[in-house]
Amino acid sequence: MLRASQPIAITKMKRFIGFVKKEFYHIFRDKRSLFILFGMPIAQILLFGFAITNEINNVNIAILDKSNDAETQKIIHKIKSSPYFNIENQIDKESDIESEFKKGKIKAVLIFEPNFSKNLETKKVAIIQAITDATEPNVANTIANYTSAIIQNYQAQKKQSKSNQVKVEVQTRMFYNPELKSVFNFVPGVMTVILMLVSAMMTSISITREKELGTMEILLVSPLKSFQVIIGKVFPYIFLSIINAIVILTLGYFVFKMPINGNLFLLAFESILFIISALSLGILISTVSNSQQTAMMLSLMGLMLPVIILSGFIFPIDSMPLPMQVISNIIPAKWFIIIVKAIMLKGVGIQYIWKETLVLIGMTTIFIAVSIKKYKIRLE
Amino acid sequence: MVSKKEIASQVRNDKMEQEKIITVQNLTKKFGNFTAVKGISFDVYKGEIFGFLGANGAGKTTAMKMLIGISNPTSGEANVAGFDVHSQAEMVKKSIGYMSQKFSMYDDLTIKENITFFGGIYGLSRIQIKQKITQLVDELELQDVVNNLVGSLPLGWKQKLSFSVALLHEPKIVFLDEPTGGVDPITRRQFWEMIYTQAYKGTTIFVTTHYMDEAEYCDRVSIMVDGAIEALDSPKNLKEQFKVDSMNDVFLKLARNVE
Amino acid sequence: MSIEVQNISKSYNKIKAVENITFDVNDGELFGLIGPDGAGKTTIFRILTTLLLANEGSATVAGYDVVKEYKAIRNSVGYMPGKFSLYQDLTVEENLEFFATIFGTTIEENYDLIKDIYIQIEPFKTRRAGALSGGMKQKLALCCALIHKPKVLFLDEPTTGVDPVSRKEFWIMLKRLQKKGITILVSTPYMDEASLCDRIALIQKGKILKIDSPENIINNYEKIIYDVQAKNTHGLIHDLKNYLSQYSVYAFGEYIHYIDKKADFNPNDLHDYLENKNHTDIVIKPAVITIEDVFMDL
Repeated sequence: MLRASQPIAITKMKRFIGFVKKEFYHIFRDKRSLFILFGMPIAQILLFGFAITNEINNVNIAILDKSNDAETQKIIHKIKSSPYFNIENQIDKESDIESEFKKGKIKAVLIFEPNFSKNLETKKVAIIQAITDATEPNVANTIANYTSAIIQNYQAQKKQSKSNQVKVEVQTRMFYNPELKSVFNFVPGVMTVILMLVSAMMTSISITREKELGTMEILLVSPLKSFQVIIGKVFPYIFLSIINAIVILTLGYFVFKMPINGNLFLLAFESILFIISALSLGILISTVSNSQQTAMMLSLMGLMLPVIILSGFIFPIDSMPLPMQVISNIIPAKWFIIIVKAIMLKGVGIQYIWKETLVLIGMTTIFIAVSIKKYKIRLE
Repeated sequence: MVSKKEIASQVRNDKMEQEKIITVQNLTKKFGNFTAVKGISFDVYKGEIFGFLGANGAGKTTAMKMLIGISNPTSGEANVAGFDVHSQAEMVKKSIGYMSQKFSMYDDLTIKENITFFGGIYGLSRIQIKQKITQLVDELELQDVVNNLVGSLPLGWKQKLSFSVALLHEPKIVFLDEPTGGVDPITRRQFWEMIYTQAYKGTTIFVTTHYMDEAEYCDRVSIMVDGAIEALDSPKNLKEQFKVDSMNDVFLKLARNVE
Repeated sequence: MSIEVQNISKSYNKIKAVENITFDVNDGELFGLIGPDGAGKTTIFRILTTLLLANEGSATVAGYDVVKEYKAIRNSVGYMPGKFSLYQDLTVEENLEFFATIFGTTIEENYDLIKDIYIQIEPFKTRRAGALSGGMKQKLALCCALIHKPKVLFLDEPTTGVDPVSRKEFWIMLKRLQKKGITILVSTPYMDEASLCDRIALIQKGKILKIDSPENIINNYEKIIYDVQAKNTHGLIHDLKNYLSQYSVYAFGEYIHYIDKKADFNPNDLHDYLENKNHTDIVIKPAVITIEDVFMDL
């Protein structure tokens, strides 16, 4: 059986490579899995991204009225009743602006200059300042445009002469607000969800497919060791997930102007770490599933839902009830999102995220250990 | 002593006077450039047990699909239970019984529920269904398990039950598609005894199979090779013709000739 | 002894799949496990190929214990499970190469072993396994199981669902392999294939009914079986079953196999009885006994 002339190590390597080769064949010959691997992530990113940036309904804003006269009141009333804006708060002083942004509920502050009505009559120009979050240049412009539109409408109604101009000036402030539903929030979130879903789901499906087809029996009754099978199954998906991550980040950077302020290598390292944790979850799922359908359902229900709901991706963790906040700590996605945002948006180095990284490493190790333990070397 | 040949021709003459349940003339089915069924012609008589044999890929399944009204012939004619398969496919479907090993009944419904369900599909009234349930349970001795899930029955019982369900609406002809698999020999024979009983009562039985030993139970057998019928006669005559002892060997000889 | 099985029992959820199984297979023997679906054949195979653990009993394959030395067994046997598990989306060549590599060998190294079989599918070597006919899949699966020159070959229902021509060819291939010194354990529900084995074990509902060579089994069967035929088959079965001294009545294709309880049974009595029942074209003659007959009487 074994060639006497060939060293055992080479045989083992050839064996492993033979297995990985087969896995790549499976992936590229199955149109459905190709679609999930590549099509879905791209589709999702684009959908989410565009859906968010173009959304201008019920944008939360705050108002700082320095004049408090009849004119401003009427304009504010008009803004209130429009479907585009939702006045979250009305503040009294400029020093409140920062705290309003920090609270995380508003996207912009509209400041009416003092002596608004008087300026309109005498100088023929009055200014409304729109202060927005620096991380959303598109939104800022959109808000300015809509505000102008409302005002023009108001003026037309009042039959004010065209010489009376109300200018809306847009000023942006360098505020980074992590709780806002912005594109910059979504790209890390979507990347996490997709990596988790694709890695975990694809791996678990790949392993259970062997079980379903009966080829797992043959693999077991062969010199292939369990860990070779697992690693062989996982290897192509690590590779493909990395490509996916790169595609998502590239899209985020070029299409949505998302910054990557931090170290690319650190980002790569953390991403690979997360991919491995997702893959090991996939292996874990496969040890308890006997059919591809079960694996898919478990991946979707057991992974995707918790990830979307509890990772801080859509719903801020701080606003969740305490028990859910506690549970969110065991979701690897939560830690990864913190890490990614920190690296991409804040540009920090490992010294700021070592805690989260350690948590992720710990989780990954546990998942791998449990998977190996649960991996059955027999059929029952 | 009457000679074998005389018996055979006597049998054939008797059959000539019998009603034809299926008539097929030059039935053809093409898929693009590929001709799966090449103009086959044959008749099946009332009360006959007719075996429709052929290897996988010989065109057997395609031909049968046309006969049961679920596939349109490319050309040629076929008449089943008095209806034309081209223009009256729906009537064909309503007038025949069908049983296949791949799907017979719902494993997660009880025997009673299955009979009720299929009875309903075949258009039986509630009273008729009730009668049928009693009748079947008696015949097959299922009194103890009538409220058990079908999935819990051994394969042999399921088969017998499937067969009975296919006959709920008392059709003139029942199509059996690969009806017996790896069941034990005794159960299989009990199944065939049920078939004999039905044939005796006048139901025509059309069986397709690639288990050649099942061919031995049939009155007449046709063997398809590469889309055409290469043999059509009683098992006895075929064995004499090819000078072999079993239908299996008849088939082997036919297949070899083609190659 | 290539395979030794001692008192193996296995249950799933209190249902006994196999009970007290004991048999041996000698080196170079072609041994058949004959029985219908659900008899326990696959369970026995899985225990011997170390995929399942028995609840009771012990077994060795090629001298290795199936529990303690399972790795050695997995490295050395050839296994063809039911449904010939192949990779449907890999080509014939790729499948073979894969299994060769897994076992640390190459296609060339043991090519002479699979040559007779492989040349039949070689014209299709770039076709995906999923697109092959049943007979070709069977041959490919056999090649993949042989490619590493195993000492013992386990074939679980390799001929089920395959056309008769391929079935026959398959057994010819097995006989040839046997000559090259490989021990082969085959399972099949086809009783007619039983006669092609050196020795067989008849198995039903988890228990072994008999172990011997096919010839011995038939020769040792003591009862006389008669072929009975009449024009009205249905009525014949009915009347035979009502005959007082009948022991068993079974349809066997053209004829009914009839066994009588009496040791001094005279077929003429039966003939008269049937004539009285208005049967015509009556034929009664001694039947050739088959494995199936013996099986049904066990």
